[in-house]
Amino acid sequence: MDWQIIIAASIKIVVFVFLVTLPLVAMSVWAERRVSAAIQDRVGPNRVGPAGLLQAVADGIKFLLKEDFTPDHVRKGYFWLAPALVMVPALMTSAVLPFGSSLFGERMVIADLNVGPLFVFAVASLSVYGIVLAGWASNSKYPFLGGVRSTSQMISYEISLGLSVVPLIMIYGELNLSSIVQYQAENGWALLPLWGEGLSFKGFLLTIPIVISFIVFMTSMFAETNRLPFDLPECETELVAGYHTEYSSMKFALFFLGEYAAMIIGSGLAVTLFFGGWSLPFGWLTPETVDAAVPWWHGLIHIGTFFAKVIALILFFIVIRWTLPRFRYDQLMRLGWVFFFEIALFNVVLTALLMWWLA
Amino acid sequence: MTFLFYIFAALALIGGIGVVVNRNPVSAAFAMIVSFLGLAALFIQLDAYLVGVLQILVYAGAIMVLFIFIIMLLDVQAEERRKLPLFSALGAGGVAVAFAALLLVILTRSEVGTASIPALEAIEGPGTSDVHRIGELLFSQYWFPIQVVGILLLVATIGVVVLSKKELK
Repeated sequence: MDWQIIIAASIKIVVFVFLVTLPLVAMSVWAERRVSAAIQDRVGPNRVGPAGLLQAVADGIKFLLKEDFTPDHVRKGYFWLAPALVMVPALMTSAVLPFGSSLFGERMVIADLNVGPLFVFAVASLSVYGIVLAGWASNSKYPFLGGVRSTSQMISYEISLGLSVVPLIMIYGELNLSSIVQYQAENGWALLPLWGEGLSFKGFLLTIPIVISFIVFMTSMFAETNRLPFDLPECETELVAGYHTEYSSMKFALFFLGEYAAMIIGSGLAVTLFFGGWSLPFGWLTPETVDAAVPWWHGLIHIGTFFAKVIALILFFIVIRWTLPRFRYDQLMRLGWVFFFEIALFNVVLTALLMWWLA
Repeated sequence: MTFLFYIFAALALIGGIGVVVNRNPVSAAFAMIVSFLGLAALFIQLDAYLVGVLQILVYAGAIMVLFIFIIMLLDVQAEERRKLPLFSALGAGGVAVAFAALLLVILTRSEVGTASIPALEAIEGPGTSDVHRIGELLFSQYWFPIQVVGILLLVATIGVVVLSKKELK
């Protein structure tokens, strides 16, 4: 048993998950409120700290100090379990995301699995239980409807989400996220094939299925994280607050944080698969191989690049939320099953044909 | 890492017992998910990452979600109130004892635990991970059974569509 590995992994878990991702969750709540305010021509929270940056801290203290009320009619055990089941899978998926090349000879990924994207989908598919349980355990009408809606929505969009990644995996021939990023660093990002092997007729032609993949992937991600325009499980005009109607104080906040954590991890996966992860464009500062040692300042730049891309995607999520109106529920299901499912399947076949023709 | 094996084996067993013991259908379904998670962890401990992850993705993440969905929609409560009939309890106990005896006989007579596991053959190809190996085998040696399974699933899907569409006409 190698204690060095365990200590290194623990440090990475503590720093990446608890000192970076969780504050990022709080910051994206702040960003959401500021961006929505800007879009609606309001000011937004700007009193606590510079530009309101400490608003998240104030919110956190407020949630912790509020009375934690458990209604009488709920199924207690499951009612308490549900918020944790939303939060935990969202944070667990961060284990396989490579958030940097390497720093002081240590790879910047918590678990370098050979089944990276599959692991993310598998663990993320467990987060639906938190919402289902919340809806069922609350034992009242609106939460139950919200839970039922979210179950059918998440099952439906999981299919197109999984299928949308297949063309990419076919092109990379690899399920290890670190190798996928290294490949993109050398041969052009999936969506920006402007250097290395990507700068060829083949690379440009393969961008067509990748763009289709990206559209399907991002749309399904919105549905999976219950974000507007697909936030039917908690839509205020029909269901009060959906599955978390009966929750108060920190338990309510955990649902909120879980949604944002899922959004951040989803952005991280999108960045890793489509935008070259931690790599800089045009092959700048690219390490020789996946586990080659790089100078410490290269490592820091790579980590910074990854988070810059993730933050850009989070802002995209937020802007979309305040731009598009909500779908009707039957439209949402039809879009998932009749449109995106077929598009994703067709895309797999198209990629196979293109690769066979170009080989 | 034997202590991890014991933790996850215990998790799988506790989940399994929970499925049988719980009278509430939703609790039973959740115990089953716990059991699946324990099993997946055991697979991963054996370096079978793909099998372990698929266990979570397919069973815990998709099939059990549908189970719970249906249980919740139908709001099954008759099971909770029903008394345990003596005859079926005895029958179930008898089957369990017979199965345990069978397992014991097989395990004591076989070489499990004494013989070494045969080494995996290296497969030519672009990658050496278990995903590549399983993919390679599925699409070369076992291509025919895979096609048959695919057609079987397709037939089942079409059957479900036909049966559920019938009432509309």
